[in-house]
Amino acid sequence: MAADTTVPATAVQHSAAGQRRAVRVRRRGERGPGASAGLHLTLLAATVIALFPIVWMAFIALKPGNGWQDPLDLSGGLGLSNFDHVLTDTEFPTWFGNSVLIAGGTTVIGVLISAGAGYAISRLRFPGNRALMWTFLITQMFPGAVLIVAMYNILSTLKLIDTYGGLILAYCSSAVPFCAWMMKGYFDTIPGEIDEAGRIDGLTPFGTFWRLMMPLARPGLAVTAFYSFLTAWGEVAFASQFMQSESKYTLAVGLQSFVAEHRADWGFLMAASVLITVPAGFVFFFAQKHLVSGLTSGGTKG
Amino acid sequence: MTTATAGPADGGPKSEDGRPRVGLPTRVKRSWDTHWYAWAMVLPVVLVLGVLVGYPLLRGVYLSFTDATEANIGRTIGENHIPATYKFVGVDNFWNVLSGKEGNFYPRLWWTFLWTASCVFFHYTVGLGLAVLLNRKMRFRSVYRVLLILPWAVPAFVAAFAWRLMFNTGDSGLFNIVLGKLGLGAVDWLGDPLMQKVSVVMVNVWLGVPFMMVALLGGLQSISSELYEAAEMDGASPWQRFRHVTLPGLRPVSSTVILLGTIWTFNMFPIIYLVIGPNAGADVQILATYAYQLAFQGVRDYAGAATYGVIILSMLLVFATFYRRMLNRQEATR
Repeated sequence: MAADTTVPATAVQHSAAGQRRAVRVRRRGERGPGASAGLHLTLLAATVIALFPIVWMAFIALKPGNGWQDPLDLSGGLGLSNFDHVLTDTEFPTWFGNSVLIAGGTTVIGVLISAGAGYAISRLRFPGNRALMWTFLITQMFPGAVLIVAMYNILSTLKLIDTYGGLILAYCSSAVPFCAWMMKGYFDTIPGEIDEAGRIDGLTPFGTFWRLMMPLARPGLAVTAFYSFLTAWGEVAFASQFMQSESKYTLAVGLQSFVAEHRADWGFLMAASVLITVPAGFVFFFAQKHLVSGLTSGGTKG
Repeated sequence: MTTATAGPADGGPKSEDGRPRVGLPTRVKRSWDTHWYAWAMVLPVVLVLGVLVGYPLLRGVYLSFTDATEANIGRTIGENHIPATYKFVGVDNFWNVLSGKEGNFYPRLWWTFLWTASCVFFHYTVGLGLAVLLNRKMRFRSVYRVLLILPWAVPAFVAAFAWRLMFNTGDSGLFNIVLGKLGLGAVDWLGDPLMQKVSVVMVNVWLGVPFMMVALLGGLQSISSELYEAAEMDGASPWQRFRHVTLPGLRPVSSTVILLGTIWTFNMFPIIYLVIGPNAGADVQILATYAYQLAFQGVRDYAGAATYGVIILSMLLVFATFYRRMLNRQEATR
């Protein structure tokens, strides 16, 4: 609401209308104290709900030993012993490394393969253009169930179960179409005149793509990469079945073993959760503004 | 900018339409000459999709017409190769599932619809409400915005565990502690069939609202403030402004996020799998998690899981097609 830009004529008319209701005239977009309090109270309540599970997670993580069993009893004090245990006595660091490796591998392959396709679909009109775009959309609807069984059988025939490569391949089935979709959306936002200028200066279509567009699309590439990293990072269904030995677990699988049937180490689990969330949260802050625009622009123009 | 490589001289982007009619071979050759580099650029993606999506998909569809289970799929254990003995059974699987003979499909389907509808409804309405509030000028706006987005930064599997701890029965579950302090009885959040459903919807709503909020906030900010000024000049009430300026202005964003949200929620796996635990009964399973349970628990029923997968996919395809059509029709009548 641009209150400052209101032209005088509007202000006069508006205040005339306003004076019938209130003695003191409010400008456009101005609120009474009641409305302000309501606004802040609502937002505060929402913020508390949004933050509480995270705060609680951190709180339980700081309670040593069996502190989680009686959370309101603070006699045990707070400390970092859970973190110490998770980092030194469990396979957590291995799982963390596995997750980084698998999510990173998926991202690199996904982005490298799909950037060209995203560009071609955004700029070049060719037979098959719409069909491909449609395929990308449909692939994102695939329920894990239809692919996972067949994929499991194929990978076990190829002896790729319980290997990094196998899981990366499985993840690429969703990462590649997703990245192509996102990149197409990003290339759509780069003005076409830039390509034309490149062509006039004698670049081939590949040259335009590689030497003009790729440098310009760096923010889009970063967002796409980040998103496909996050997706692979948080994936549960494939990882739970495809990774069978404890040293190959990703975080999503490994954490499940903290609360297996006969054992429940919620303190360790929460400490591990905090260790996972903190770096993700930091990166997220810087990227979140771009994440949504990338995702929705692909859709609205598709 | 299009494929018009001949440059601006031949009429620019839409030169394809203005071409004189020529024979088929020439057209094929011309088409190849103009488009080969576009095809070269999409080739890697097409290959990857073909191998990693197309082949497993076809095989999944094939499996849904067989009676494949863990026992007869054929494996190699050490030196011994056990040949596959499953056979083609036609549409038997689909008949079993769709006629209700298998017994689990219609209850699961109904709950899946309820789950998707309630989650997307809450995501959208709460997200829109918060976005409208955040779109005003006020103090601490950016602080609220950043804090409200936080749940999005938490990976779904971490959130599932954090909530599961709060839902715990016994002394360790926060919700029951609070209910106890208020003098109310404890609730079996993760055991009672109805409460299981309430719990998973709560977790998923908590997790999904920030995305909707940020997306809709972006949409709100792109609506020109002149429209609101004009509406105000015409004497529109705040509700009328919301109804006739805000909502239409949000339409492009809304339609995309609702489509995405529906698909994501329909297929949502980690929440139900991790919050309730892998050994949950069939009651709380949606179609996607039920198919997974069929495929990987007990005697693995690969054919049954594949059948469910194909049914889920067909439903989503029908949904997406209708949704797009509906949007296009609305677009046309505007």
